[in-house]
Amino acid sequence: MSLNLLALLGAMLTIATPLIWAGVGELVVERTGVLNLGIEGTMYLGAFVGFLVALRTGSPWLGLLAAVASGVVAGVLMGLFAVTLGLNQHVSGLGLTLLLIAVCEFTFRMLYAGERPTLDTKFDVLLPGVEVLDQHWLTYVAFLVLAPGSWWVLRSTGAGYRLRAVGESFEAADVAGISVSGVRYAALMVGGAFMAVGGAFLTLSVLGSFTLDIINGRGWVCIALVIFARWRVWPAVCGALIFAGTDALQLQLAITPAFGDVPRELMLALPYLAVIVALAVWGRSVRYPGSYLKAHRRA
Amino acid sequence: MTPQRAGADADPARGRALLELAGVTKRFGDLVANDDVSLSVGAGEVVAMLGENGAGKSTLMKIAYGLVRPDAGELRVDGRPVQLGSPRDAMRAGIGMVTQEFSLVETMTVSENVALSAVGLGRVDAAANRRRVMAAMERLGVQIEPERLVATLSIGERQRVEIVKALFHDCRVLILDEPTAVLTPQDVRSLFETIARLRTDGLGVLFVSHKLREVAEISDRVVVLRRGRMVGDRPTASVDEAELAALMMGGAASAAAAPAGPSQSRAGAVADPVGGAVGLGVETRPTAGPAEARPEPVLRLTDLGVSTGRRALLSGISLTVGAGEIVGIAGISGNGQTELVDVLAGVRPASSGTVHVAGRDLTRADVATRLAAGLGRLTEDRRGSLVPQMSVEHNLVLEDLPRFTSRGLLDRGAVRRHAEQLIERFDIRARPGDPVATLSGGNMQKVLLARSLVREPRVLVVAQPTRGLDVGSYAYVHEQLAALRDRGAGVLVVSEDLDELRGLCDRVAVLFRGRIVGELPIAEASSERLGLMMTGVEVAT
Ligand SMILES: Nc1ncnc2c1ncn2[C@@H]1O[C@H](COP(=O)(O)OP(=O)(O)OP(=O)(O)O)[C@@H](O)[C@H]1O
Ligand SMILES: [Mg+2]
Repeated sequence: MSLNLLALLGAMLTIATPLIWAGVGELVVERTGVLNLGIEGTMYLGAFVGFLVALRTGSPWLGLLAAVASGVVAGVLMGLFAVTLGLNQHVSGLGLTLLLIAVCEFTFRMLYAGERPTLDTKFDVLLPGVEVLDQHWLTYVAFLVLAPGSWWVLRSTGAGYRLRAVGESFEAADVAGISVSGVRYAALMVGGAFMAVGGAFLTLSVLGSFTLDIINGRGWVCIALVIFARWRVWPAVCGALIFAGTDALQLQLAITPAFGDVPRELMLALPYLAVIVALAVWGRSVRYPGSYLKAHRRA
Repeated sequence: MTPQRAGADADPARGRALLELAGVTKRFGDLVANDDVSLSVGAGEVVAMLGENGAGKSTLMKIAYGLVRPDAGELRVDGRPVQLGSPRDAMRAGIGMVTQEFSLVETMTVSENVALSAVGLGRVDAAANRRRVMAAMERLGVQIEPERLVATLSIGERQRVEIVKALFHDCRVLILDEPTAVLTPQDVRSLFETIARLRTDGLGVLFVSHKLREVAEISDRVVVLRRGRMVGDRPTASVDEAELAALMMGGAASAAAAPAGPSQSRAGAVADPVGGAVGLGVETRPTAGPAEARPEPVLRLTDLGVSTGRRALLSGISLTVGAGEIVGIAGISGNGQTELVDVLAGVRPASSGTVHVAGRDLTRADVATRLAAGLGRLTEDRRGSLVPQMSVEHNLVLEDLPRFTSRGLLDRGAVRRHAEQLIERFDIRARPGDPVATLSGGNMQKVLLARSLVREPRVLVVAQPTRGLDVGSYAYVHEQLAALRDRGAGVLVVSEDLDELRGLCDRVAVLFRGRIVGELPIAEASSERLGLMMTGVEVAT
């Protein structure tokens, strides 16, 4: 049997990319004490809107821009439910995911019943032919800009201070003159944009087409990753790499004759099992942000 | 600061109203917390506000800081009407505040907390920020390592950080809601020096306190709130303490009964070995003095130690509390008090030594076992000991659930009756169904006390039992603790208030840097001696 290590590594980076975009988006939001279960739907929306606009205009760049805008809108919607109206965050997020997926599916079926449209131009890989490094630019940005950038912003900027203060104790933030809902809305919008880019990466960079099961639980994986990472950026990136590595391995094993007898379903479950194991080992006794799941109200 | 100040000796800015509240009313449901209250603070003026627990002081302060929206009334800054929709508006208008319950982010460092409202959105130069915070702390005489996490600070240290934080951004009116409740006499002194300095700079200060002596010392004017209404507004020089107490309690206290407030250290303390706080003239110490023969110990700590990593937070603590005895732990907060109480409460493991209650080893027992064994406790962290979103009645039975459940169901009638009794007995200003989060600070403290006292513990460990209580409640709590002692229980009182310890205890031990540096019978524990021991200067045995 011949496992191609380099190919494995390359696949791992590609598979990890949407998880890092959406995971960092979720992390930013959760740092303000809001659990955004709308992540799955927001990724779906980003994938769909990005694809649709790229297909109609012929430009993946316009598609990406539209995806970002749709993610911001999804963030605002979540803010409306969970911040302005102060509704239960679980219900708001799940509702948002169901709503967004339903709307996208419906629209897709209306427009392209029975067809399977593909993009003429999608994003190409940089450095084609160089193994491991032949990645999409969104992958490079995820690892080299997004992750270090968000880590730095959280740690050493006034914006990061505000975010953390609101997430840990919104009473304290309020007394310090920080607008709790302002910070939460801002985080939801930025985080929503990141989630949507994570989704759009799949349609605009990897596939060049849209399928109804495109996100396939990646949003939920991100939720687990953020908790596993205890709301810190680098552990979240590591978690994404563990998941992606297992997934890449599983894909390779599936085409390795020696493993031909292992049920396909078991192989597919492997990365999710890896996440559960990781959560069980490192995710216990986590300290949640102080204002997690709480709505802020003033007398 | 202001150009017109030049020349004149007496401050000409003084008296010009900086902050005015006119006809402010605030209702919570059918409860009127503030009823048509008017108040003004001038430049260079210190206004003290007095009132019983639940009188509406904090509510009024929060309205002035934009944390609570009034139902009626107007706020004016520099004579101009302002709408304060949030603390940010208030800060912009030049108002700063230290809230009664702490407003610090525990997972952030001291310097991050202090700078929170002053930093922009972009990069924060951590080193420069630290220097600025250090400088601000130095000006105020506060010594706390700026890189420490707030979670590791004691309550007293947090209070100091709060004050530094409020003064970190320039404000012209500073609101302090019971800032001295957990400060040591030395810290109160330095706070007052700071206030005096700010006053000469033309700052207006609005200051809530239950301690009449402090009010007399620092303020220019006193206002008194009773059940939401403003019942007095006098120049400090023209009132005496009896009159203030009578105003607060609505004539319930006769002038004769109210000569001394809490922390009212008598001038002749040296001549009076008992001395100290005799809230409303109630004598709480047994006249017979400490028993000659040491009573049989109900609480025995042997060589108790606590450490995190290599740092020892407590070491070699050996102490006994006898049946029918009140033992005090004096010390500046941050010297191991929190850890000691936590270990006794069972929420932090001891790294060495043993804890015995009535001869039974409880060193490794869990909280429920300790409670069942008759070890009651009241920690300094009010919020952590109550479930804020739950009602008063449910919080009151939290430690006693088995007694109020039958076949897994809570007997709601019994819970309600229990709550009504305690509310009556402890004069808690709340209804059984109110969420604890909506109670005034002093009333939260009463809920906690009621909960521990009603279980008739054999040993009661209390930290800062009268923090934030008004004059009447202060005396009442001392009476209750003394009565518990007289019923044969042992009481361990941890407090920074020396007057309180001297008025209440039979013996006082002093904690310094995690060790007991001395233990004195009350007759020998003068404030001076305790003060020296607390700062590690004198070590007695
Ligand atoms: N958010 C709220 N919802 C309902 N009731 C409230 C709320 N905040 C305060 N109250 C009630 O208003 C009354 C006044 O409370 P406040 O905190 O102003 O008292 P206080 O004078 O500061 O007392 P203390 O000396 O104990 O701090 C209390 O009866 C309290 O229970
Ligand atoms: Mg108050």
